[in-house]
Amino acid sequence: MIKWNMFVESVRMSVANITGSKMRTFLTTLGIIIGVAAIIALMTIVQGATATMNEQFDSMGLGTLRISVTGTDIKRGLNDHEISQLLACEHVQGLSPTLSATMTAKRGGAWSDRIMVQGYGDEYFRHSQELIDRGRAINAIDVAQETRVCMVDGNAEKTLFYGEDPIGKTLYISGIEYTVVGTIDEEEDASLYAQMLFGGRTDGTVYVPYTSAKKLMGTSTVSTIEIYVTDPNETDAAIDELEMALDAIFNYKDDTYTIINLESVTDALSLMTSMMMSLLVGIASIALVVGGIGIMKMMLVTVTERTTEIGLRKALGAEPWQIQMQFLIEAIILSMLGGVIGVFTGLTISYVICLNSEITFTLDPFAIGLGVGFSAAVGIIFGWAPARKASNLNPIDALRSV
Amino acid sequence: MRNDFFSMRGIVKQYQVGGEVQTILKGIDLDIEEGEFLSILGPSGSGKSTLMNIIGCLDTPTSGEYVLHGKMIRDMSQKELARIRSREIGFIFQQFQLLPRLDAMKNVELPLVYAGVSPRERARRAEEMLVRVGLKDRMHHFSNQLSGGQQQRVAIARALATNPTLLLADEPTGALDQATGEQVMGLFRELNDEGRTIIMITHDLKIARHATRIVNILDGELSEGVSEYD
Repeated sequence: MIKWNMFVESVRMSVANITGSKMRTFLTTLGIIIGVAAIIALMTIVQGATATMNEQFDSMGLGTLRISVTGTDIKRGLNDHEISQLLACEHVQGLSPTLSATMTAKRGGAWSDRIMVQGYGDEYFRHSQELIDRGRAINAIDVAQETRVCMVDGNAEKTLFYGEDPIGKTLYISGIEYTVVGTIDEEEDASLYAQMLFGGRTDGTVYVPYTSAKKLMGTSTVSTIEIYVTDPNETDAAIDELEMALDAIFNYKDDTYTIINLESVTDALSLMTSMMMSLLVGIASIALVVGGIGIMKMMLVTVTERTTEIGLRKALGAEPWQIQMQFLIEAIILSMLGGVIGVFTGLTISYVICLNSEITFTLDPFAIGLGVGFSAAVGIIFGWAPARKASNLNPIDALRSV
Repeated sequence: MRNDFFSMRGIVKQYQVGGEVQTILKGIDLDIEEGEFLSILGPSGSGKSTLMNIIGCLDTPTSGEYVLHGKMIRDMSQKELARIRSREIGFIFQQFQLLPRLDAMKNVELPLVYAGVSPRERARRAEEMLVRVGLKDRMHHFSNQLSGGQQQRVAIARALATNPTLLLADEPTGALDQATGEQVMGLFRELNDEGRTIIMITHDLKIARHATRIVNILDGELSEGVSEYD
């Protein structure tokens, strides 16, 4: 009870001292504010970016495998017969051969030689319904009959069909006429997102049936195939089956193909981002340490300035621990004040950044707790020595310094 | 017969100054009865501040015996000394030593905070003490809103708040003009009439004469003064 009263009294006295000189308090806590704000902003942004990225990968990642064939000197890719062998696997529900190349596209007066042409099977669009913005998707008949139909994304639309509705219109890819049947919402396209991250920019993407794309690109084989497994929980069984089939196709030669599990890609990606986050937060923590040194310096100045007061308090019966507690509480309140302001500043910064980018803003209670907790810890660590110094002051010397 | 209220026997205080031992107090013997008003008169450098620190339990003697209110003050930790100060001593300083950020009430409450008194009881006692020293209308004034005399009255109220065994005043009129100083001395005499034990340290004979007994300190040695025959 006595200790609780003492605590309340110490808090009250500390608040009076802190609010007594506002400018000084602000400057002292600035280091903590910057440190905490940096940590909060970095954590929120990196987490938001990771969440956004995962969301986009998940939309196509779950239950999806990608076979990437490098082949041998005499056999580069997979032909139609071999593809049908893969489709025959028990755990494979469907597949979509995938081809892509940068080509020239033309529509009236508009043209570009940096159009990404993507050839897909109809399964691809069935598994990625959210990609389809308007019109219809490329279907099984288009694939079977090598129809010259295509879908365009927003960028291609802007490049080639500026100001008009592309559906039903025609365009020329490498001189061959294609009819636009639908449009793609490129923000939903994870492969495009990956291109944005890892590749150069193009003037847009045009999607065509893969059979038609093979003709366009002058090839009879494909080297990339998306596999859709029957049950996402039995992905491993599917991989085993596919490996057996592919080994047979390539005569058991090593390094002729790889099977990428998109789920494991997202796992690797989130490992990467969490490592990046630790690194960034580690760097930002340096600011927090610098801020802590600022608090320590301020507390040492305060102890020196208030030597007489400390002496008086001791003469009036204050025990050393009571003096120590008062100064420690003052340091903790100072740095937690900085911590709270820092949390708000950091959240504001990240909110503004998220508003102006594709990243979804999420309020992370863990980050807030971490920010406030860190600053409290800084207060205890850097307030300890000055508080100790205050409690050890000899009351006679302290009172004599008048 | 041993005096359990206040008794000093052979108090010696030595300081190490630059490898040389200086003896500030050279065997002080002093007994005080409950209800006495004692002046310790001496010029600066006589050792009176050192004696005050020992009486006030801010410092411990190098050798000798000091008994205050039945307790032997010797080899005590900082914590134990703080407890003694909290219960037994009410300090009054030359420069008042009020905390400028606190109002009169809160200043008077300060020693009660360290004595572990509840907030309600603190406020009640602080109010009572401020009324006692005649500052009923000044309870929520800050020190920069009070005259020197009023500030010293707040300080006296603060010293009285814990109802200590003795009031220990160090040049209480030193920062006041003569008329105000006389008023403060009047208050001291009233408190003494009410039964308070007061020890006042001063270099001013005129002020010292307000006490019921005077002792002189010179070069670390104590002698009974003239005042009681005056």
